[in-house]
Order: sequence, then C-alpha cells, then structure tokens
Amino acid sequence: MKALFFPFTPQGVATIAFLLVVAFTVVGALIAVAARNIFHNVLGLALSLIGVAGLFLYLNSPFVALMEILIYVGAICIAICFAIMLSQPLYLPGAPRNPLKIQGAVLGAGAVFVFLALLTKKTKWVPAAERSTDWSITTIGHYLLTNYVLIFELVSLLLLVAMLGAIVNARGGRGSS
Amino acid sequence: MDATIFGSDLVRMIIGLIGVIALVSVNALFLIWMERKVAAHIQLRPGPMEVGWHGSIQTIADALKLMGKELITPDDVDKPVYWLAPIVIFLPVLLSFLVIPFAPGLVIRDMNVGVLLILSFAALTVLAILMAGWSSNNKYAVLGSIRSVAQNVAYEIPLLITVMSIILMVGSFSLVDIVKAQEKYWFILLQPLAFILYITCATAETNRAPFDLPEAESELVAGFHTEYSGMRFALFFLAEYTNMFIVSALATVFFLGGWRGPFLPGWAWFFIKVYAMIFLIMWFRWTFPRVRFDQLITFAWKILIPLAFANLLLTAFLMKLF
Repeated sequence: MKALFFPFTPQGVATIAFLLVVAFTVVGALIAVAARNIFHNVLGLALSLIGVAGLFLYLNSPFVALMEILIYVGAICIAICFAIMLSQPLYLPGAPRNPLKIQGAVLGAGAVFVFLALLTKKTKWVPAAERSTDWSITTIGHYLLTNYVLIFELVSLLLLVAMLGAIVNARGGRGSS
Repeated sequence: MDATIFGSDLVRMIIGLIGVIALVSVNALFLIWMERKVAAHIQLRPGPMEVGWHGSIQTIADALKLMGKELITPDDVDKPVYWLAPIVIFLPVLLSFLVIPFAPGLVIRDMNVGVLLILSFAALTVLAILMAGWSSNNKYAVLGSIRSVAQNVAYEIPLLITVMSIILMVGSFSLVDIVKAQEKYWFILLQPLAFILYITCATAETNRAPFDLPEAESELVAGFHTEYSGMRFALFFLAEYTNMFIVSALATVFFLGGWRGPFLPGWAWFFIKVYAMIFLIMWFRWTFPRVRFDQLITFAWKILIPLAFANLLLTAFLMKLF
C-alpha cells in the first residue's frame, strides 16, 4: 500500500466514482430545473436519475440501481418526451418565468431540504454491513412480500389511479375537444 | 506488482474493456460484410467482389472512408445534444458486454443482476435515438425517432415478459446461471413459444426489417441519423450492428445453451450460435415485407403481449406442478 498515487488506490477509485456520481446527480438536477429548452430539462432529469442509480450502486444495491434506470430513465423520461411531443412546438418561445412561482418553488424545495437535512442529522446511522450483509434480489423479494407488503400494494393502487386517470382523460376521444 | 493494490477487478475491467472494444469493431466490420453478402446471395447476385477475397476487406475500406469524412454540424441543430447522441447510443452497447458469458469463466463480471443490466441499459438506446432525432432539427429525423421510440417501448414489454419466463425456470438473473441450468435440455425445447416471441421482439428492438420503419429509406431518408455524417454516423451504425450481436448473444444464452456443445471449445460454440442467430435475423430481412406502422404497434400490443403473458402464466403453473 505504498508509493501509489492516491487516485489509483481502491479507495481513490471509489472516491472518484462517488464524486462523479454526485456531480451527475447535482448537475443533472440543475439542468432539469434551470434550462429553458424543455427537451434539455428531460435530458437533465435523465442524467440526474442515472446519478441516483449510481448512488444506489455505490451503496452496493445493484438491483435497485438497475430498476432506477429501467423505470425512471427508460420509462418515465421517455413518457415525458411523449408528453412534450403533444405540447406546443419547441421553436415557439416559451412563456417567461413568473418570479412569484420561482420564489414559491425555492421556498418549497428549501423547506424539504431543511427537513431532510435535520432528519439526516437526527437519525442514528447504522452501517449497512452491520444490519445485514445480504441485499440480494431474493432478500428484497422476500421483504416486499412480507414486511413491506402494504407498500407493495399501495404502489399497485397508485398505478391503478394513474390508469384510471389516463382512461378518464382519453375518454373524450379526438373529436370532442 | 502488488495484487492487493490494483485488485484483480480493476485489471480485469481494463483487459475486458480492451477486449470488448476490439470485439465490437471487428464484429461490426464482419457483420456489415456478412449482411451485404447474405443480401446479395439471397437476391442471386455476388455482392462485393473487388476488394480482397470475395470483397472481404470492402468494409475496412468503407470504414477508412468514413473516418476521413468531415463531421458536418448543420447550423440549426441543438449542438450539445447533437454531439452527445452518438456517444450516448454507444454506452449501453459497451456496458452490455460486461455480463455476457462467452465461455466457462470467460465473462468480464458475472453479476447476479446480469439480465437486468442489459435490459435496463437498452433503455438508454431509446433516449439516444430521441436525442439524435430531436436535436437534428429535421422532420425526417424527428419522425424516425418518434417511430423508433414508439416501437421500442411497445416491444420492450413482451421482451421483458418473455425473458421473465426463462428467469422463472432458472431462478437467477445471472447469465452464467442460465447457461448452467441448460445442462440437460436447451430452453428452446422447453420454451419454443418464448423463443419465437423473443426473436420477434429482438428484431423489432434492433430496428431490423421487417420492423425497420424508423429508418424506412423510401419514406424517411435515413430516419433519426439523417443529419449525421462521417464517424458520428459510423457510431450509430456500429451501435446498430453491435446491438444485433447482443440480442443474438442473449438468444444464445437464453435458448440455445450458451457455450454448450460437443468437440469444439466453449467460445467457438458460442460464436457459432450467435452468428447463426444473426444469419436468421438477416434472412428475415429478405423474406418478410416491411409492415405498416399501425400493424406494427397493433401486433405488439394485441398479439405479442397477451401471448407473452400466457407463456409466463403457463410456465409458472408448470413450474409449480412439476
């Protein structure tokens, strides 16, 4: 463990990977919020979500990381793109930003941030390795169908509501609008 | 060198990456030649004959030509996105090789989420196609990318469900475990319907004929990569042919017993099976006429998805019974 330049040690590689992933998340989130071109917003969101997937990977949970990419990047971002295609053309200038809305958004996001930061400080963190070393797909599956089955069911309820909403919205058909 | 410092993982990654990049390039060169030859012989003509033995180094000449070409950036494109798209389309292609087992022990990393890794990174391909189409500021490109995304989203669902029935039988997402589970029978014998569904969806996912509407030459010029030239175009082309290799490799792993086979070493069998699958996909191109877009989407949602669900249910029942 001697005479090696820091980035080439395992810890160095891990630190660089972590910083990279955090940079992805933060820069992506900034693009998602700040860019004026709505297509850039979606791409920023995708970058940020890939960063979050990287954080899960860093936490030794590849299954959750891949699900993050499959569902959020692969499905949600693409769905948002479809929604954009249905909105006004991109070459038309968008409405100017409403300062009141910006202040509201900053306040709301700031409140959530402060709350989460306080919560992070208050929580007594136990290293994952001390709680359990088995975070495989089998374990997650068992948890989902035993301890957390209520959450699992609530998610399906959410999907049901989304589908009902889509059906209600689409029922009018093309002609009536 | 102290093995604990570099860790076998890092060295393994670097060697793996070099091997993968070499494989990707050589494979694409070979596949383009093979495509032209197969197409030509099916149409009763010889195909490229001039450069090298039976035109065998024709694609190298083409590649050199592409490298020498100017990278044109049209004025009104969305520049950062336009530049990023060819790179983004190449990332999932490289990452997928991380988990493909070429022979016993010859896999860069045997992950217990291998199948998911390939399928979830395939989603990035869709995003890259959208990026290319939208940033190009060209109606053919936009139409091509919209078609491509609609098609990919529709065919991803039956593909995932079909793969689920294989996963159910093996009980693992690891590609190595899937090959090991085919000790007695290849899964094509136990899951013939799944194989047909898989190969249909795979052809659609790689935008190959008869599902090649995103780049239907007669209506859309070249689809989402109309505005790209030189090496940027070559990257799209490379990604497309490598995707073909990946879906064929997955078909080999899921249904054809991976590296298993008599006499020859494992890797040889693996490549023989993969290229046989690729030949099948090329054969489709000259056998079936291109479908209409509404037929394409209807086929996915109304036929393939119910069939895939039926297959999954049947597999689950039979697994519990026997």
